[in-house]
Amino acid sequence: MLHTKKILALALTGLVAVASASAQTLINGAGATFPAPIYTKWFSEYSKVDPTVTFNYQAIGSGGGQKQILAETVDFGASDGPMSDENLAKAPRALWHIPTVAGAVVISYNIPDSPKIKLDGETLANIFLGKITNWRDPAIVALNPGVRLPDIGIVVVHRSDGSGTSYIFTDYLSNVSADWKSKAGKGTAVSWPAGLGGKGNAGVAGQLKESPGSIGYVELIYAVQNKLPYADLKNASGNYITPTIESVVAALATATIPDDFRFSMVNAPGADAYPIAGVTWLLVYEQQKDPVKGQKLVEFLKWAYSDGEKMASSLDYAPLPDSVKERVLKRVGEIKY
Amino acid sequence: MSQSAILPEATPLIRATSHWPDRSFRWLAIGAACMILLLIALVGWQLSRGAHLAMTAFGPGFLTSSKWDPVTDEYGAWPFIFGTLLSSFLAIVIAVPLGVATALFLTEMAPLRLRQPIVTLIEMLAAVPSVIFGLWGIFMLVPWLRDHLFQWIAHSWLGYLPFFKGPIYGVSMLAGGIVVAIMILPIITSVSREILRSVPNLQREAAYALGATHWEVIRIAVLSYAGRGIFGAAVLGLGRALGETMAVTMVIGNRPEVSASLFAPGYTLASVIANEFTEANSDLYISSLFELGLVLLVVTFLVNAAAQLMLRTLTGQGMGKIK
Repeated sequence: MLHTKKILALALTGLVAVASASAQTLINGAGATFPAPIYTKWFSEYSKVDPTVTFNYQAIGSGGGQKQILAETVDFGASDGPMSDENLAKAPRALWHIPTVAGAVVISYNIPDSPKIKLDGETLANIFLGKITNWRDPAIVALNPGVRLPDIGIVVVHRSDGSGTSYIFTDYLSNVSADWKSKAGKGTAVSWPAGLGGKGNAGVAGQLKESPGSIGYVELIYAVQNKLPYADLKNASGNYITPTIESVVAALATATIPDDFRFSMVNAPGADAYPIAGVTWLLVYEQQKDPVKGQKLVEFLKWAYSDGEKMASSLDYAPLPDSVKERVLKRVGEIKY
Repeated sequence: MSQSAILPEATPLIRATSHWPDRSFRWLAIGAACMILLLIALVGWQLSRGAHLAMTAFGPGFLTSSKWDPVTDEYGAWPFIFGTLLSSFLAIVIAVPLGVATALFLTEMAPLRLRQPIVTLIEMLAAVPSVIFGLWGIFMLVPWLRDHLFQWIAHSWLGYLPFFKGPIYGVSMLAGGIVVAIMILPIITSVSREILRSVPNLQREAAYALGATHWEVIRIAVLSYAGRGIFGAAVLGLGRALGETMAVTMVIGNRPEVSASLFAPGYTLASVIANEFTEANSDLYISSLFELGLVLLVVTFLVNAAAQLMLRTLTGQGMGKIK
C-alpha cells in the first residue's frame, strides 16, 4: 500500500517536472540526409550558446523535406536539390532557399592496383551511357597515358534510391553531354541507360568493392572516410582537379548565384574548381508563423553562418565563401517574424 | 436413446443469453475479425486513392509499359511485376523441395535426440532480420555466385539455355531468388513439419503392412496425405517471398529491365517502392509508386487465388475439408 502511494507521488512529480521543462522552444526540421551530420553538430553546439531552444531534425530525404515544409508540419526543410518551380508554386507564401554547405561527388572505381586515373566529362558520360564498355577504350587510354589499364569490362554502378548525390551527378552529366541530357536528364532519380543500382552510398560502395572493373559515384565525405580511390576530373578551364574541400570552395566562389539562391554549381568556370559539386539548402518561409520560433530560428541561422561554418571542414563539408555568406546573411536578416 | 438427444442442438450465431461475459466476449471476437477485414479494405482504399492520379494518367498501359523515367514523368510497372513474379517463383522452386525434404528428415528419419536442436536452429534462421540477409548476400553470397556457381553454370551444358546467358555480375535475379529462398525456408519447413507430424501413424503402418519400402511409405502414405497441407505451406512461403524487400534490393541489381537470363539484374515491386519513395518529388511520381503498391497487393491476392484454384482442381476438394 505504501509502495503504491510512493510510486504515485513520484509519477506526479515527474509529470510536473516535464510540464515545467517545456518552457523550451522546440524547432522541428526535416529533409536531406547529406548535411545531417553537420546540422546535428550545429544543433548540439548551438544548444550551448542558447540553451532555451532545441532542434529536432529528421533526415527523411530531400523529397520528404520539401513535402513537409510545403505542408508546414515542420519549421524548416532541408533539400539537396532545389525545389522545382512546380513545387515552389504550391507554397502558401514566399518560401526561400538558404544555402548552407557544399559537397562534392567523386568517381570511384575498382581496378587492380587502384591507380589514379583522370577522366573528363564526355568520357564519363559515355561510360554511364553504356557506350564505353571496356577500361582499355581509346578514350580512357588517351586521358591516362602511362597508366596500366586492365582489359576488363566496365561495370557501371549508380544509386537505386533517389538522392541529392544523383541529382548533382546527373546535373553535371547533362551539362557536359547533350546525349546524356536527351537520354536521361537530371534528377534525384533518372532512367539510367546502363548499370546496376546500389542503395545509398553504402550500397554503391559495397557494389564497387565486390565487382572488379566497376565504376560509380559517391559523396566525397563517404569516399574519404572509407578510403575509396577516386578519379581526377577535368574542369571547365581544362585542368584536372582532385576533389577536395578547397576545390569545392573554389567552385562555389566562381558559380553564378541568382537572387533566389537556386543555383547549380556543376562545371564551374574557376581554374581550381572541381566540376561535380553541389550545395544543400534550408527551406524557410519569409514570413514565419510563430514569432518566438521565428526569432530563435533567425538567431540560429545567423550563428550558423558566423560560427557554424567554421565547423564544416572538420566534417569534410565545404563552407560557403565569404562573398556568398554575406548575401545569405542579408537574406536571413529579411526573414520576418 | 436417439442421436439428437445426446448431441446438442446447433447453436445460433448469437446465443440469446443474459450472461454478459459470454455476450461481450462474442462481440469482442466478432469485432476483432471485422477489424482485420476492415484493415485490408482500408489499405486497398488508401492505395487506390493515392494511385488515382497515375491510374487516370496512364490507364491500363501502366501494367505493360517498361519505361520508368522520373525526369520525363513516364512510368510503367511491367519490369517490376516480372521481377517480383520471377524472383518469388525461383525462391519457391528452391525452397519447397529443400523445406519439405528437411521436414521429412525431421519427422521420419532423424534420431529423436537430434530433432529438437535442428528445429531450434531452423527457427533461429527465421528470426534473422531481412537486412542481415541482404548484407550477407552482398558481401558473401554474391561474390561466391559470381566467381564460382554462375561460372560453373555458364560453362556447363546449362550455359546453352537462354536462361544462363549474358555477362555475370553476381547481383542478379537468381541471386535474389536464392536469398529469398533462404528466408522462406524456415516457414516452409516448420509448417510442413507440423503437417507431416499430423499424418496418423495408421497410414504409415498400413503401407508397411502392404510391403512398402521406407521411401514408398513416405511417398504413398505420408506425402499424398499431407499434400494439401504442404501446398498450403508453399503458399505461405510464396506470400512472404512476394513482399520481401530489403534482402532482395541488396542483391538483385536494381535494374528495371526484363531479361530471359537469370544472370541479368532485375527489380521488384517492393524494392522500387522502398528505394524511391522518400525522394519522390512530383505528384505523378508518388502516385505511380502508390499504383505499384496497389499492383503488388493485387498480385499477391491473385497468386493466392490461383493457388487455391489449382488446389481445388488437383484434389477435387476445397481446403479445410477432411479427406
